[in-house]
Amino acid sequence: MGVATYIKNEKGEIGEVILQSGIKVKPVYGPEDLADLDYEKDLGNPGEYPFTRGIHPGMYRIRPWTMRQYSGFGTPYETNERFKFLIAHGQTGLNVAFDLPTQLGLDSDDPLAEGEVGRVGMAVDTLRDFEIAFADIPLDRIGSGLTINAVASITLAMYQATAEGYKFALDKISATPQNDILKEMVGRGNWIFPVEPSIRLIGDTIEYSAKVMPRTNPVSVCGYHIRESGCTPAQEIAYAFEIAMTYIDHVLQRGLDIDEFAPRISFNLDIFGNFFEQVAKFRAARRLWAKLLKEKYKAKNPRSMWLRGLFGGGGGGLTKQQPLNNIVRGAYYALISALSGTQTMALCSYDEAYTIPTPQAAIISLRTMEILLEEMGLRDTVDPLGGSYYIESLTSQMEERITEEMRKVEEIGGMARAVETGYIQREVAKQAYLYEKALQEGKVHKVGVNIYKEDEEEEEVQLHEYNPDAAEVQIKSLKEVRRTRDNRKVVQTLRDLEKAVRRGENVMPSLLESVKAYATMGEMTRVFRDVYGEFKEPSIF
Amino acid sequence: MKDKRIRVLVAKPGLDGHDRGAKVIAQALRDAGMEVVYTGLHQTIDQILNAAIQEDVDVIGLSILSGAHIPLCEKLMGRMREEDLSDILVVVGGVIPKRDIQKLKGMGIKGVFPGGTPFAEPIRFIRESVK
Repeated sequence: MGVATYIKNEKGEIGEVILQSGIKVKPVYGPEDLADLDYEKDLGNPGEYPFTRGIHPGMYRIRPWTMRQYSGFGTPYETNERFKFLIAHGQTGLNVAFDLPTQLGLDSDDPLAEGEVGRVGMAVDTLRDFEIAFADIPLDRIGSGLTINAVASITLAMYQATAEGYKFALDKISATPQNDILKEMVGRGNWIFPVEPSIRLIGDTIEYSAKVMPRTNPVSVCGYHIRESGCTPAQEIAYAFEIAMTYIDHVLQRGLDIDEFAPRISFNLDIFGNFFEQVAKFRAARRLWAKLLKEKYKAKNPRSMWLRGLFGGGGGGLTKQQPLNNIVRGAYYALISALSGTQTMALCSYDEAYTIPTPQAAIISLRTMEILLEEMGLRDTVDPLGGSYYIESLTSQMEERITEEMRKVEEIGGMARAVETGYIQREVAKQAYLYEKALQEGKVHKVGVNIYKEDEEEEEVQLHEYNPDAAEVQIKSLKEVRRTRDNRKVVQTLRDLEKAVRRGENVMPSLLESVKAYATMGEMTRVFRDVYGEFKEPSIF
Repeated sequence: MKDKRIRVLVAKPGLDGHDRGAKVIAQALRDAGMEVVYTGLHQTIDQILNAAIQEDVDVIGLSILSGAHIPLCEKLMGRMREEDLSDILVVVGGVIPKRDIQKLKGMGIKGVFPGGTPFAEPIRFIRESVK
């Protein structure tokens, strides 16, 4: 395992192929490979258990996939402009990026935030920033992905308060905060609190959303970032499922029924690597998830068994060399996504290997998905690869590999434990190293990187220019809010929040009050930090 | 001194959480026979210096992908001068535009290795520079 392996004979013919997930590929597949496959049991019609072929009967005929591009930067005003631009160009969902201080619960004027305000996303200090960013956006029609984790509960409360302020009914709005802290501890690194209370916070958002904002997807479990951090495709699904099960187990302990909340759990998964392995991965994941929910968790509502997902073209597959090739890669990733029955599609833009996407590059990504939809016949029929000797055989083998990786995590005692001890981080780092080594040794081919290289002037890395003026505007606006709000009310609501945190109550109602009183991100985070403490990374070397 | 293994601190300054590169280079240096300590994420410059002193390292390798390499390196090199730690070799990797390499070297950063550099280069450079 680790990297895809091709063994060639002296004539250069391919003798043996082993996929990254460790599956050996035969030169030809035929009916004998499907001898054990039972259509009803293993595939089912689209929209029927175990949903291998898709979660809806009509899929894209009835409803095309949602197209989302990651956006949001600088001040809330700039973000609002970009949202309107993307919606005007046909985008049907927003995907909001936040700057690092916001993701780590720091106010824009915190000394640790210096130089980072608005750099990689929108800065959010108070409800005021959400009100500006979402002004004139039809929140009852446009759903919003909020790429935030450690303080997702706070931003979800801000989203609710904003929607209420703009008079949208809470049963109409649809927020999808990423809210997957375990993957942050493995891959993306924006964690604050220790494992156990972090899981509890996620439990609070799941429980609260189920009751108050039923169309909200409180958790988007991300195999994506774990894969981008180095793991294999089979591990990506295994780790994502183990994470999801950790959250589910926690919420079940609160006495909720599985069918009350499982339908709103969604997945964010990565596309990069071998075409067929990816398609099989998603189909296997859908089948396995349905089985887990039905057999292990005794779900009755089929919606609980649906693996709803954003299958997105990952940045890890893109290259800085010959960057226009990334447009082609993106088109293949989008095709994989459509052939895999995704609900939402997103693509990293071709220039993302060296800069934050320009508007032109973001539009090309959007058009790539639209061309598939409008010109290539991807809406015509559901699961067009279903029944293929190779795809079905690979799907079954991927399911086995995923199950095997899940077993390893369960032997350690589950995902929380596997992250606390650093098992997952160590495994992911090891795979990343093996891949990088294979790339440098030319064992894994990457066009423009280690084969078909050109003596071109390499594209210079364009750093997104840090705009100190925008940071200053943000800090000024924060100070203005602090000056004009009712500070007694802020103190009172924060005190109530602290009580709720200490008592182990669901924090969402108190958070909402703090948010509405214009308490800052830093103030609210501090309440949690004082009670919970901070995550300590396990040493993995 | 000859047989002593080279000790390297791989460090992630600032708020950025992308440490795939830091962990990959840490393993490459270790496979090359060096002793490697990794600071973990979200480190301030002072935390990095404390770790370097405590671990008695020969080399500090910063991994910076956030674009903030110039201010972070300026701060580190300034503090190292104050603390009289100039015998520690400092190298930087990550997302570093070519035009910034000279600027970093001007600050006293001896080796700059942007993402995609073959492992062999920093390994050779560190071996030759640490006497």
